[in-house]
Amino acid sequence: MASQQAWMNNLFTNTGSSSFTEFLRGYAPDMLPGNRDALPAPVGEQIPHATTIVAITCAGGVVMAGDRRATSGNMISNRDMEKVFRTDEYSCMGIAGTASTGIEMARLYQVELEHYEKLEGRSLSTEGKANRLATMVRGNLGAAMQGLVVVPIFAAYDERIGGGRIFGYDVGGGPYEHQLYHSIGSGSIFARGSLKKLYRENAAPDEAVLTVLQALYDAADDDSATGGPDVTRKIWPVVAVITDEGFRRLPDEEVTAAVETLLAGRMIDPDGPTAPLR
Amino acid sequence: MPFPYASPEQIMRDRAEYARKGIARGRSVVVVQYADGILLVAPNPSKALHKISEIYDRIGFAAVGRYNEFETLRQAGIRYADVNGYNYNRKDVTARALANVYASQLGMIFTDSIKALEVEIVVAEVGESADQDQIYRLTFDGSVFDEQGMAVIGGQSDTVATRLKERYRPGAPLAEALDAALTALTEPGGERPSAAQLEVAVLDRNREHRKFLRLSGPRLERLLTPATPAAPETPAAPAAEGGPKPPPTAPEGDIDTGSEPPL
Repeated sequence: MASQQAWMNNLFTNTGSSSFTEFLRGYAPDMLPGNRDALPAPVGEQIPHATTIVAITCAGGVVMAGDRRATSGNMISNRDMEKVFRTDEYSCMGIAGTASTGIEMARLYQVELEHYEKLEGRSLSTEGKANRLATMVRGNLGAAMQGLVVVPIFAAYDERIGGGRIFGYDVGGGPYEHQLYHSIGSGSIFARGSLKKLYRENAAPDEAVLTVLQALYDAADDDSATGGPDVTRKIWPVVAVITDEGFRRLPDEEVTAAVETLLAGRMIDPDGPTAPLR
Repeated sequence: MPFPYASPEQIMRDRAEYARKGIARGRSVVVVQYADGILLVAPNPSKALHKISEIYDRIGFAAVGRYNEFETLRQAGIRYADVNGYNYNRKDVTARALANVYASQLGMIFTDSIKALEVEIVVAEVGESADQDQIYRLTFDGSVFDEQGMAVIGGQSDTVATRLKERYRPGAPLAEALDAALTALTEPGGERPSAAQLEVAVLDRNREHRKFLRLSGPRLERLLTPATPAAPETPAAPAAEGGPKPPPTAPEGDIDTGSEPPL
């Protein structure tokens, strides 16, 4: 209750910063994620882990998709988890690693961007947003050393260049801007191989959606922690498209149609589409 | 040196008088319900210093008076909403709770400080349907008024409110509500403020995520066009004067340029 008092008493204080995290750190540190005592032993495997996220640029924007599986060791702890989050009108992030810490980070990051926008009357630049997320990842380094690793991926539509941009991170922070495509999580190696072959320059957003679904399918094919399309339960990957019209999470019907196209192809050739040899 | 005795009543009266004068010097701001939500209209030539702002998903803020004073309130409101929304859930942030925070702060400053805040504010929340919309008006002494359908703050608020009541129709579409608001804000026979001199925003219940939306540029022009069928006879007159015109609804006093307090 002490922290409740502290932040309520300081609502009217000019903190000199438009950062929500800074305000919490000053007056309600208990609310910040990662602000915990050192754990007696690394937790690693026992906590659910989120797995593969892919993002690729397309004509006039960017597409991000994530599978729905969370695993604790060899157990599937959740089969319809959502790991791609809208962070503001023109950006989104995906998380891989410790699910709980990742979700908390995404939630704080959403407020962080919106808080700045409301106080300052303008949105952060795309680089500013990417850097801000890097700070949060770095803040989690202590917890990461204890096994609570979170590595996000950030994608945004940049009004200045009129196209999509993708940023990757490591446990120490970042950001690293990736041209064209990027993937994170346990199945990322397989997904990236798939994206490399299927990426088409300036593909229309609906083509790009099919590309990311193919990549996730390939990841699920070779990585046990990544979930493929769950045909019986009708659980499909979460797909987000960001263009100049803003963030749009594809509704179920649209994803269903794309997944059916994909499955029909895989019924004939289980390894999926092939890239031309020359 | 002993101070002359002043009764508490006298002190309060003086403070209220002082605050009231400051608030009446600016131009009025109108907050009114329309078919899809709540419309906020402020004559404000400044593009940088806002009188209307977003607080949270469903909550908007409008203020008149001293810029630095209501800006502090606005920022505090955003902090309050964001901390609560983060701590609990986005659904748990309400205009009523925020109005209470403002009321206690305004009331405390009114009694404890030498000078009351020269501000009057509106906290509006758009609901799922029109009967769940809430408009709270707060005055410098911390009084809260639960307004029905519309609120006018600042300037000659009584006169503007009277004019607004004549034109206002519950459930009116956006263009009609805006027309009513502008008619109310314009003195009879006076010239309406142009799109560039207006700050207009809506809390639109049909929007996803954040309901607050600023209307400006061509979008606002389009909304204003059908409402102004005939051009005034002397369109060149205001430009010829070269300087900012005194606001049509303001009483005698400082000219409100929107860039310096009092607004």
